[in-house]
Amino acid sequence: MSSHDHAHPEYVQHHFHTAAEQRAASKFGMWAFIAQEILFFAGLFMAYAAFRFFYPETFVAAHEHLSWKMGGVNTIVLITSSLTMALAVRAAQTGNQKQLSIQLLLTIVFACCFLVVKYFEYSAKVHHCLLPGDYYGLPLKDDAGNFKLDAIGNRIFSDHCDIPKSGQMDAKSAGIFFGVYFIMTGMHGLHVLVGIGLLAWIWLRARKGHFHPKYFSPVEYVGLYWHLVDLIWIFLFPLLYLVK
Amino acid sequence: MSGSYGNEGEQSYLSRKGFLTWALTLDHKRIGLMYLGAVLFFFLIGGIMALLVRTELLTAEGDLFSGDNYNKIYTLHGAIMVFVFIIPSVPAALGNFLLPLMLGAKDVAFPRLNLASWYIYLLGSAFLIFSVLAGSIDTGWTFYTPYSIGPSDNGNAIIAATLGVFILGFSSILTGVNFISTIHKMRAPGMKWMDMPLMIWALYATSVIQVLATPVLAITLLLLVFERLLGFGIFNPALGGDPVLYQHFFWFYSHPAVYIMILPGFGIVSELLTVHSRKRIFGYKAIAFSSVAIAVIGFLVWGHHMFVSGQSELSSTIFSGITFAVAIPTAIKVFGWVATLYKGSIRFTTPMLYGLYFIFTFTIGGLTGLPLATLASDVHLHDTYYVVAHFHYVMMGGLVIAFIGGLHHWWPKMTGRMYNIKLAAFASVLVFIGFNLTFFSQFFLGSQGMPRRYHAYDRVSESLQGTYKFWHQMSTSGSYILAIGLFITLGYLLASLRKGGTRSPHNPWGGVSMEWLTATPPIEHNFEGQPVCTHGPYEFPEIDKSAQDKH
Ligand code: HEM
Ligand SMILES: [Cu+2]
Repeated sequence: MSSHDHAHPEYVQHHFHTAAEQRAASKFGMWAFIAQEILFFAGLFMAYAAFRFFYPETFVAAHEHLSWKMGGVNTIVLITSSLTMALAVRAAQTGNQKQLSIQLLLTIVFACCFLVVKYFEYSAKVHHCLLPGDYYGLPLKDDAGNFKLDAIGNRIFSDHCDIPKSGQMDAKSAGIFFGVYFIMTGMHGLHVLVGIGLLAWIWLRARKGHFHPKYFSPVEYVGLYWHLVDLIWIFLFPLLYLVK
Repeated sequence: MSGSYGNEGEQSYLSRKGFLTWALTLDHKRIGLMYLGAVLFFFLIGGIMALLVRTELLTAEGDLFSGDNYNKIYTLHGAIMVFVFIIPSVPAALGNFLLPLMLGAKDVAFPRLNLASWYIYLLGSAFLIFSVLAGSIDTGWTFYTPYSIGPSDNGNAIIAATLGVFILGFSSILTGVNFISTIHKMRAPGMKWMDMPLMIWALYATSVIQVLATPVLAITLLLLVFERLLGFGIFNPALGGDPVLYQHFFWFYSHPAVYIMILPGFGIVSELLTVHSRKRIFGYKAIAFSSVAIAVIGFLVWGHHMFVSGQSELSSTIFSGITFAVAIPTAIKVFGWVATLYKGSIRFTTPMLYGLYFIFTFTIGGLTGLPLATLASDVHLHDTYYVVAHFHYVMMGGLVIAFIGGLHHWWPKMTGRMYNIKLAAFASVLVFIGFNLTFFSQFFLGSQGMPRRYHAYDRVSESLQGTYKFWHQMSTSGSYILAIGLFITLGYLLASLRKGGTRSPHNPWGGVSMEWLTATPPIEHNFEGQPVCTHGPYEFPEIDKSAQDKH
């Protein structure tokens, strides 16, 4: 037992010598994790860039059907939540337990707002059949499961799918646009969902008084993660909703 | 260095018994050992697939398997070898065990994450196994579109396999994050960056690639899954998508991934050659930084896999040029190793034999990459057996040879047992001969036009068929010799674990890096007290320091 005589505060795991070492290592790890998140989304941004390059007209036409108002509201919601998150970290650093708990809760509320708005946005897309690939315009199928085609070989869209039926967008590339749209915002939304889980977890821990000016790393790291989620949205929003 | 040699205070990390002490362990050594068991198991399975492939090619006719089944078998071989054997083999298995020990730390920075990555690995492997049960994939290990998105009777298998590789990727990322933090922040007092064993430098460069490249594979495979499930379109030309985009995405990960595979091998070999020739490494900094240089340049060469895929000529030329640039840091290493041997007191132990084989086989592998990086010759060689030979020389002749060498070097440290030395040397010769016979033959096959991924070659002219048959038979015989060598190896390694197996001396090779400071096998918390680093990793007592300036 010789090596474990020195007194460890209970928040320091025993393979670290000091709280400072634990903090340095865990912070470094968090940044490495954030680097991989960025690369993950970079792949999606590359897909966006490639298809924007291939089909500029469709991308311009299709983005008219995204609601910049809802996107804009969500941008404000997320930026505000980043502020409350930063305040939460500050509260943890100064040992203000009440503020910590309030700011975390506020962050969670904003995150949920974001998802609610997202839900309405997605519903509108589904309503107009602005869906990825094979589902764009919900094309009709015959009994064997093959797509029905019209005289010139195009898919026949379902009657209620007004926008695809209007033919103002090239169906194939529009299917790709909405594929890119759904996977980018979907992956981002998934990160928001995970963020809510993480926030709830540290909120519970905060209520038990786990954090104090000497130990607040988890709050800080969830904060880093949350800012990242915010940052990704700041790029997604103009690229998908605004750029002509 | 201070620290303890004895077995006094604490017990060996192996002494606690019971399933749960393993399943819930946070000890990096135990996690490393579990990984080792798993990767060896998959090496065996992948190896059996390889033997089946080789056996089919003994004759020109497709007599053993149908074309479809042949496709499935080599795909499984490749996917297993790459994703569940080679990539985790050195980092997650040996690296997990060694990294904290070599740094003088008690564990990796995030032990729980480490255990999580092990279970994620198991989950990913389970998906791969499930894909076999669901009909098996026949796309090749690269999951190229359109094979992977076309109408197929084994669509579920493709989804299962891609999800499996997606999941495995996270295991790899977590290991990378863990190692990077550990190396940055948990080195023993006194250990500066330039005091780290080169194995650590190699694992460092590897981890950086794991963290930065794997997420791109993850997103690629996710897009592929959506493509299959939703008819997404982005890789499907019929829907306006671009199959070459898939190749860009895939190789953006997978070329760096070949360095995930080889860099740890460089690290091991640097250890083997120094310890067993009692010399300081020649050009420590050059070898350390060339690992990093390879990691960086490796991110910029992916297009060399797409010279004939319709990539623009300008891009091809640029990619070709940058690919040549990778050869420079690679050659620096090889020169460094050879110079290390010069005037060394070389001992032909089994680990050293593998170290020497590595220099030979890896150099062939690297050099044969250059004709592939040359646009004109690649048009001829692409998708032939020449490419197969090239990458087996680097992956098997490079990484796997280094891995086996490292296994022999650190086996005593890990298990406390010594294997049968004579048998080991004998088996290593079989491995070396078998390997070269198997794969050197394939250079001839490929340069004469034998395409890869064909199960029969009976539709070519009589004389060409004869040539192909000759080299295929050489190759297949070689693979049998190789297999025998590897089975013997497995046999004596396992035998050393039996009750009454030979106990290894504390430090059988006289290593001076920190992992040799602890007990053999190490105690649960690695070191009694905190070891302090007072000298470099290759300061062997035999080295004559009298002529040297004090610094
Ligand atoms: C000096 C360094 C190297 C050079 C110049 C080089 C060059 C190349 C080129 C140009 C190709 C594409 C050939 C084609 O498909 O037509 C290739 C294929 C390949 N290389 Fe290398 N290479 C090098 C080192 C390595 C290393 C270290 C590894 C792995 C450990 C590796 C693994 C592979 C694999 C797996 C393939 C084939 C992938 C496939 O198509 O299935 N290479 N190499
Ligand atoms: Cu490559």
